[in-house]
Amino acid sequence: MSNLLLFPIIIPLFFAAILMMFPKNVKLQRVLAVVGAGAALLSALVLLAKVNTDGVQAVTLGSWPAPFGISMVSDPLSALLVVTASVLVLLVIFYSIPTIGLRREQSYYYPAVLFLMVGVNGAFTTGDIFNLFVFVEVLLMASYTLIVHGGEKPQLRESIKYLLVNIISSALFVAAVAFLYSVTGTLNMADLAVKIPQIEETGILTVIAVMFLVVFGFKAAIFPLYFWLPGSYYAPPIPILALFGALLTKVGVYAIMRTYTLFFTMNVGFTHELLGIIAILTIFAGCVGALAYFDVKKIIIYNIIIAVGVILFGVAQLNQPGIDGSIMYLIHDMMIKAALFFLVGIIAVLFGTTDLRKMGGLIKTYPVLGWVYLLTAFGLAGIPPLSGFPGKLLIIQGGFEGPQFWGSIVVLATSLIVLLSSVRIFVYAFWGQPVETVPLKKSTFNQMFIPTVILVAMTVVFGVGAELFMPLISGAGEVLLNPSIYIDAVLKE
Amino acid sequence: MEIIMSVAIGFLFMAAVYLMLSKSLIRIIIGTGLLSHGAHLLLLTMGGLGGNSPPVVAHGVSVSDYADPLPQALILTAIVISFAVTSFFLVLAYRSYQELGTDNMNLLRGTEDYE
Repeated sequence: MSNLLLFPIIIPLFFAAILMMFPKNVKLQRVLAVVGAGAALLSALVLLAKVNTDGVQAVTLGSWPAPFGISMVSDPLSALLVVTASVLVLLVIFYSIPTIGLRREQSYYYPAVLFLMVGVNGAFTTGDIFNLFVFVEVLLMASYTLIVHGGEKPQLRESIKYLLVNIISSALFVAAVAFLYSVTGTLNMADLAVKIPQIEETGILTVIAVMFLVVFGFKAAIFPLYFWLPGSYYAPPIPILALFGALLTKVGVYAIMRTYTLFFTMNVGFTHELLGIIAILTIFAGCVGALAYFDVKKIIIYNIIIAVGVILFGVAQLNQPGIDGSIMYLIHDMMIKAALFFLVGIIAVLFGTTDLRKMGGLIKTYPVLGWVYLLTAFGLAGIPPLSGFPGKLLIIQGGFEGPQFWGSIVVLATSLIVLLSSVRIFVYAFWGQPVETVPLKKSTFNQMFIPTVILVAMTVVFGVGAELFMPLISGAGEVLLNPSIYIDAVLKE
Repeated sequence: MEIIMSVAIGFLFMAAVYLMLSKSLIRIIIGTGLLSHGAHLLLLTMGGLGGNSPPVVAHGVSVSDYADPLPQALILTAIVISFAVTSFFLVLAYRSYQELGTDNMNLLRGTEDYE
């Protein structure tokens, strides 16, 4: 038993609490926020190394044995996601410094980001379904403050809807937890995985599984429940949008992955087929939106929805290539979405608008920005050596081996639409007649561009060097496919 | 007793849905409050009502006499969270009423031109 896996949660909490004390000292705020996120990233990397060598780590708080105490579990999947999330938070803080504005920095912006990190890392690490609810609430609380942060009219209007949707889904979450507790008498995930196969009435468990799918689906923005996302994510400024797009929906996706591989496997024929169909519909819905708008932010926002569908389609197959592929695609997507929002943010600042039709000719003045954007767009669509490719390939292979081969064909075909939608930004913004751009100081541009390039370079390494990461990914997939590894690590502690 | 609780929970959910479907923002907030109360009562009922001994090992008390402590711990957490969220929602509603000049949800519809 090692307390190592608590550090990525406690360190940002500690730093956020300190940062709350002096909101006006912007320099110190920036430095401490970077130090806090950096320290959390370091501890997450150490944790990943530890999990990779010693297997699944588990801590039961207060040393109460597993089904009674609250357990925190770090398996390769959660450790990988904690590392990715910490990297992204650190880069978002770097990107925020020149873009977010002094007024926001002085009113608790960095503490809110670090609290969001607490919630995300906690939700990835927890081994108890009620604590998942608590950590999701922590990250939602932080996201409420971030989405309304600055108090502009569209932000206020959209955050009312965002808040309302999330309150309803939280109430459903509590209700679903209540039903699960009444049927199984436990809320520890490992213990649930032991108890659920012993219960003979699979009907009621299937209902509960679908309820959880609805709850997590609200967070993950799956097909009928994605309606709140485009409007709400449009309102806040770009760094916050990058943070949300990269992390928030992915927590829902992770929760579906965890519950649907670990314990809701009693009626795979119904629940996982439903998940697969919903995933395909999600991809369609995202594609329609991504093609419908002439607004750079909207296009990338709808691409979030497409990616959620692709990942969940891999999960629904419940075979080794499908699961490995969705883990790989999940990590790829977290990085590439943040990178795209960073780039779109730079483009929007340069033109002073997010409307594609008012843009043009940027390739003449900012050639490097143009090629980096094209590289990222190809990575998003999964052009071979780049990072979207290996994950999508495995997901498609999983689909062909699994029951839903037609889904793989849809995923393949929609890759073209993703490519079209993202290259459209390139064509409109970088080609054509040059439009007058807003003058931008060289140093400010570099401050925005350097974190972006780092992130894009990371996605390229992740894609080209996919072979290097494969042992980690398949290790994570193995734990998902063989719940006994997870159960043993938690209950034998 | 469980039957009465179920009816009460159902009534709370019904009232919450009715209130949340109305136009006025303050009614919607009251509706979300009722919704979370319904969910909390559901949690309590699902843990099994009855059991009149505290969950402490003592002489002459069998397992069936104990009250289940877990739902109470869960409800406590959930109540605190819903309290915090509701107060945040009230502040947000007041602030947006100041800024946007209306609390009618029909007038708060999102449009493409965010102006």
